[in-house]
Amino acid sequence: MAATQDAEAPATREIANLPLRNLLDRSFIFWGILATVLGLGVLGALVFDLVADGAPKLNLKFLASFPSSSAAEAGILSAWVGSIFVVLTTALISVPLGVMAGVYLEEYAPRNPITSAIEITVNNLAGVPSIIYGLLALSLFIYGIGQGNALFGQTIFTAGLTLSLLILPTIIITARESVRAVPRGIREAAFAVGATKWQATSHHVLPYATPGIFTGVIIALSRAIGETAPLILVGALTFVAFLPFTGPADVGQTYYDMGGNEAVISQGDMLLSWLPWAPGGQGWLSQSFTVLPIQMFNWTSRPEKEFLENAAAAGVVLLVITLALNGVAIWMRARLRRQIRW
Amino acid sequence: MALGRIATAVLALAVGACSGEPAKDKAGASVFTVAVDGSSTVFPISEAAGEAFQKEQGGRVRVTVAESGTGGGFKKFCRGETHVQDASRPILAAEMAACAEAGVRYIELPIAFDAISVVVHPSNPVQSITTAELKKIWAPEAQGQIDNWREVNRAFPDLRLSLYGAGTASGTFDYFTEAVNGKAKASRTDYQPTEDDNVTVQGVAGDAGAMGYFGLAYLEQNTSRVRALAVSHGGKPPVAPSAATVEDGSYTPLSRPVFVYVSADALDKAPVAQFVDYYLTNAETLVRGARYVPLPASAYATARERVASRSAGTAFGGKNDIGADIAEVLRRPLVTTAPAP
Amino acid sequence: MTMDATRDFTQRRLRLGERAIEAALFLAAAAAIFITVAIAWTLITESLHFFDTVPLSKFLTDTVWSPLFENPRYGIAPLLCGTLLTTLVGLALAVPVGLMVAIYLSEFASPRARETIKPVLELLAAVPTVIYGYFALTVVTPFLRATILPDLPTFNMLSAGLVIGVLIIPYIASLSEDAMRAVPNALREGSFAMGGTRLETAVNVAFPAAISGIAGALILGMSRAVGETMIVAIAGGQQPNFTIDPTESAATVTAYIAQVAIGDVAAGTIEYYSIFAAGFALLLMTLAFNLLAFWLQRRFREEY
Repeated sequence: MAATQDAEAPATREIANLPLRNLLDRSFIFWGILATVLGLGVLGALVFDLVADGAPKLNLKFLASFPSSSAAEAGILSAWVGSIFVVLTTALISVPLGVMAGVYLEEYAPRNPITSAIEITVNNLAGVPSIIYGLLALSLFIYGIGQGNALFGQTIFTAGLTLSLLILPTIIITARESVRAVPRGIREAAFAVGATKWQATSHHVLPYATPGIFTGVIIALSRAIGETAPLILVGALTFVAFLPFTGPADVGQTYYDMGGNEAVISQGDMLLSWLPWAPGGQGWLSQSFTVLPIQMFNWTSRPEKEFLENAAAAGVVLLVITLALNGVAIWMRARLRRQIRW
Repeated sequence: MALGRIATAVLALAVGACSGEPAKDKAGASVFTVAVDGSSTVFPISEAAGEAFQKEQGGRVRVTVAESGTGGGFKKFCRGETHVQDASRPILAAEMAACAEAGVRYIELPIAFDAISVVVHPSNPVQSITTAELKKIWAPEAQGQIDNWREVNRAFPDLRLSLYGAGTASGTFDYFTEAVNGKAKASRTDYQPTEDDNVTVQGVAGDAGAMGYFGLAYLEQNTSRVRALAVSHGGKPPVAPSAATVEDGSYTPLSRPVFVYVSADALDKAPVAQFVDYYLTNAETLVRGARYVPLPASAYATARERVASRSAGTAFGGKNDIGADIAEVLRRPLVTTAPAP
Repeated sequence: MTMDATRDFTQRRLRLGERAIEAALFLAAAAAIFITVAIAWTLITESLHFFDTVPLSKFLTDTVWSPLFENPRYGIAPLLCGTLLTTLVGLALAVPVGLMVAIYLSEFASPRARETIKPVLELLAAVPTVIYGYFALTVVTPFLRATILPDLPTFNMLSAGLVIGVLIIPYIASLSEDAMRAVPNALREGSFAMGGTRLETAVNVAFPAAISGIAGALILGMSRAVGETMIVAIAGGQQPNFTIDPTESAATVTAYIAQVAIGDVAAGTIEYYSIFAAGFALLLMTLAFNLLAFWLQRRFREEY
């Protein structure tokens, strides 16, 4: 172009570069999509590989059989039932504790050093490697309290307790965020009509926060289902071919009791075994156990190639459960966001 | 039937009423559990025994079988935490002392033969190896020094040596190091140790210059992925590991008996006694099913006599006995304290 | 009763009830402190038993870790090396990919695309790590061996590190995207007004403004990688190896603890104490990263 000098010149040069800059801009979309597709592609490859390896074994019989030394007979019954019981225990311990803590930190906690300490601690604990919780359980429970009390040995209870400690920080953080998202106006309206702090919290804030808390809890529990490392330390790596509770049984049949003596099943025995806990090491909380990820890990250490198929099939079941839980939680969260009307 | 089992589990979770199920699911919270632990080599046999026994008993008894390794298992056994100990080597002097101190009396029952196979990648041209060469590779002095096949023998290929083997809690480790290096537990440490022999299979199968060692069962399951070397000892022609060469005793020094130890006190409990009896009665079937080599029938008869008479002690005096003859071993007197070295 | 008396009575009862509830809630929150104290106390007391036998200097300086063998050596350096190596490989994959995804989602993608892609990406973090481990061993290693590294051993840090990277992509991408979207639009619009393209705005305005959140995301991803156990235990091998070459097999701190746990952990033995010493070293590493994140966020936080 014609006479553009000094102060004008830079502006002209910048605009002259426009085609290149626009090209870079538009080409980034390609790289961005490529990066996204890379991540999703790996997920797809993983699922495909697992399903391809495990599909032949996926049938009802597999879900209903105990592990066995014969690959054809082996199944995951004790594993998935064990997983359910462990996660149930985890939920029953960590959810009330976590929600209560989250509510306290958001609603009640004054600005003082103790509160800051708690907040910093919660954030730190969220980043602690999961195997450290296993070490804690080993020292404090199994070789500590567990030496005198059957409940704290290598049992479902210890497993659930350990996983609770693991996911507690996550639940506290989720609970805090959900409670924080409820607008202040709601609380103030409650106070205006004379509610006490707890009445305002429990009758007005919590109901609105519950869906968000629920979502976060589901995500945390789905992580607990897939956890392996801490449970190795708690002792889930055995050949377990029984279920933690008594199935229906014929009262009057013989069996061998804890002392090794022959005994007869009574109605009382039946009732006792359904209970979570009863004195003397009874109840399903005090039972040894196995869980899905450990069973899968166990099977890959077998020489027979058929066991690898079993492992892949167990992996598919585990993956389906985990992804389904996450899917439900994410869908709920999306629906929640759309539903909010304040 | 399968649907019924799942339904039972689900309904029980909902604490509802259930239909009549066979007694198999009767395992309740108060049922006696026979605790078996120890060697991962013997694990497949004991697991098969436990499973078959539970089936036969229809839920009246439970059996749990773990695989903490022979060393780890003995620690639990001598603390009285387990009833039955799987062992891929005889009880050692230190363990004998621990058991004596805790008052645990152990009955030694040889249960099968195993052959430790030395394996390489299928593409490796080496076919046989001498025990002297094995020692050169695995001795503690080889640490950081021997890392190429050619350094062991001029005729071997120029391949980087990568080693896989048993971990230190493993009886296989104890026996192999004693047979090859002359002293139990003496080994170089720069190899891939694992209690999980399938890891060794995976490692060797993926690495052209790899060498590993594990029991016969794992070899027979993976003949397409790894190849066993024929072992030559004391100048004799090399012998490849197989059920035949183990039974006729020609595969030495790496064939060995494996054992099951039972606590004499535990035998006072009827379920344990029944389990051990079942185990020994069906030993040959169970052992063959797990792809190990069974002992002669007379050996199992002797074992049952020992159980019946509660004869505690070991025939090995607290150490491995490389290349022992099983019939001779069974005739030896049993001792409960290790003789002074 | 008068109105006042009734009200006083009710209020007193409510006040006591309120106090009790508040106390209960406080105890629940304080549980976090109890847990931290329990972890610290457990690790420290058990590690002290370890250091009764092994001098701290040996622990820190020796380059061989073989505590289970006849002549045991207790140098933590190989394990720390393994951990750092896998973490670095993971970050090398996850940081570029994660940040590119974050920039794309926050600056370029339509809201609909964002709402669909973000949750699916978060599923990557939900896959149980056992499954990732076997994926690394049975798919990634053979793939690498077939394409660029024919001499790759079966167990190596590279495959394990890459899969760890895949695991932490959602941490970095999602949190960075949140941080960037929190930057006020006014800043971006200023850049557009001056003639900037979306890419230039993203890189020169939005990214720097969100740097404290992004740094936090990176550190969180790094913590997750450091603490990962199953992927390295399955695909990385268990041979402690003092090396910087990711194509070799090595053991991380977490893989060592898992290996001992699978064997036997009889209380009171040196092997038992060694896992606590290793765990303690791991915890200190994680805490150091957390502190670094905290400091970075304070230092670079932008106030709008």
